[in-house]
Amino acid sequence: MSFTDVKDSSKSRLLESDQQTVAEEILARASGRNWVNPGENVVAEVDAMMMHDIFAADVLSMLKKAGIRRLNNPSKATVVFDHMVPSPSVSSSSHQAKARELIRYYGIDAFFEIGTGICHQVMVEENRVAPGQLVVGTDSHTTTYGALGVASTGIGSTEMAYALATGKLWFRVPESIAIVLDGEFQFGVTAKDLILKLMKVIGSSEAQYCSVEFGGPSVGNLDLADRMTVANMGVEMGAKFTIFPQGALTTLKRDARYIARHVVSLDKLVPQIAVPHHVENVVDVNEVVGVPLDQVFIGSCTNGRLGDLRLAADVLRGKHIAKGIRLIVTPASANVMAAAAREGIIEDLVKAGAYVGGPGCGPCFGGHMGLLAPGERCLGTHNRNFRGRMGSGDAEIYLGSPLTAAASALAGAIADPREISDGLSSVHTGTTMSSSGG
Amino acid sequence: MAMNDNVTKILGRAWLFGPNISTDMLSPGQYVHHPPEERLKHVLESARPEFAGQVRPGEIVVGGPNFGCGSSRESAPQHLKDLGVAAVVADSFARIFARNAIAIGLVAIACPTLSEVVEDGDIIEVDVIAGRVFIADRNITLDADSIPESMMDVLRHGGIEPMLALIGAEQAQDK
Repeated sequence: MSFTDVKDSSKSRLLESDQQTVAEEILARASGRNWVNPGENVVAEVDAMMMHDIFAADVLSMLKKAGIRRLNNPSKATVVFDHMVPSPSVSSSSHQAKARELIRYYGIDAFFEIGTGICHQVMVEENRVAPGQLVVGTDSHTTTYGALGVASTGIGSTEMAYALATGKLWFRVPESIAIVLDGEFQFGVTAKDLILKLMKVIGSSEAQYCSVEFGGPSVGNLDLADRMTVANMGVEMGAKFTIFPQGALTTLKRDARYIARHVVSLDKLVPQIAVPHHVENVVDVNEVVGVPLDQVFIGSCTNGRLGDLRLAADVLRGKHIAKGIRLIVTPASANVMAAAAREGIIEDLVKAGAYVGGPGCGPCFGGHMGLLAPGERCLGTHNRNFRGRMGSGDAEIYLGSPLTAAASALAGAIADPREISDGLSSVHTGTTMSSSGG
Repeated sequence: MAMNDNVTKILGRAWLFGPNISTDMLSPGQYVHHPPEERLKHVLESARPEFAGQVRPGEIVVGGPNFGCGSSRESAPQHLKDLGVAAVVADSFARIFARNAIAIGLVAIACPTLSEVVEDGDIIEVDVIAGRVFIADRNITLDADSIPESMMDVLRHGGIEPMLALIGAEQAQDK
């Protein structure tokens, strides 16, 4: 992948520009202004709020304890139970029971029980977010809705309590970075490889607090699922928002106030792997081919959609994973799981030796399901490889695409998916390889 | 409502950590459903196993770049507050961590290059209003970022929770 970087952060140009970035436009609208400037703090009206089972009870208990009797607007709130599902412990069960009671008390109708799916997938499937909105969620991967042109970001439970009570929250207007996509994905390369490469090349030193906005001639090569994968991991770059402009905001404005503009050519992109213990430690797959694995995980809000499972099944169909390796697959939602079952994908995966679990977050965040022992090594399609993320702090986590994960499960070690050619047809390039699950 | 003035100037011993201290290190996912006192024992254990047992109230956590990266879990700053940490000062913060810290009434202030200059165990003084960090032992003063007024207001209230109680009281009057 080649980068042509144009950095122009000269104050005068920024101040002279009469065009706002997508983030600025959304924050201006939400704070009742025509115009906002990066670095300003604004109080904005939030369009939608999302909570999951880890935090819903804490948020709503805090409101109850403070004597709050009603939410500013209960119809803006969504709760999805996805993390500790089905509950693995009595304490989790009690926590969830308390949340259910408070969800009723506050009249939150948009409550999705265990089994519906991972919160971010559910928010998109159930149309709980729309282009141009300002959305917050008690999960860092709330940036995912940027795939739909939403300015969405993660907050903590205390700030969520404030947002629910008042309908408002303060935001620092971020500076914005433009990513202009050019060229086409090559065989065996996916949107996951793109975001991993961006992690390496741009990373949190540049993108911290920024709105990262995507455009360019090849942005149409990424379908909704691809965009969700990229927007999802924007937070790993430290981004506040990751936005694919939509609707009235379809293209990146040429003269808007971007502090940097990166032109990214997809043509030369090869499969990427994040190596322990940070998501910015990204290498080309060939540098780690052959590293032995104990476990492979395919799933999460990053890569658990229908297109992802389809790719894995295409690699694994009629074969069996290597001896001594464990493969865990969790679909991103019930809709994804049902579609995968209809297509025979679930059968292919199970026959290849996979443990297929229900929809949820389990293995990805290390809450339960497939925790690693000290010294074990896992390659996953999820979003974080921090020490201790999936169990023992002495385990190692590698991150890659669903194709790389499936190829590695077959090999029992990290493998280059471009070398698993039989069963994979040449149509598996970025333009056709994915689909929005559900 | 009593205002908290202990958030404007903080003097304490520095616990030095490296870059990219994540919320998984601050609050490991595997203990999410364990009792609170049990969870505190594991705070930052993968970075410095002795920290949770030895840190004393009023001490200061110093981090490198991107401190608090990772998830939105508020238990990350809350655990530090519960252990008595008076402030977190880092070269830079992951956005959600810094917001969460302020929201629960824990001072989090960015001070670029501090982690390169300070040594573990140094006594440092954090002046939140002036935006300065003073390392007495070395007679070094560094500029720190200022905290926006809306955030200072939250800190003076002791966090968002006491502010919510005010809204709750208003609702009780409205009926």
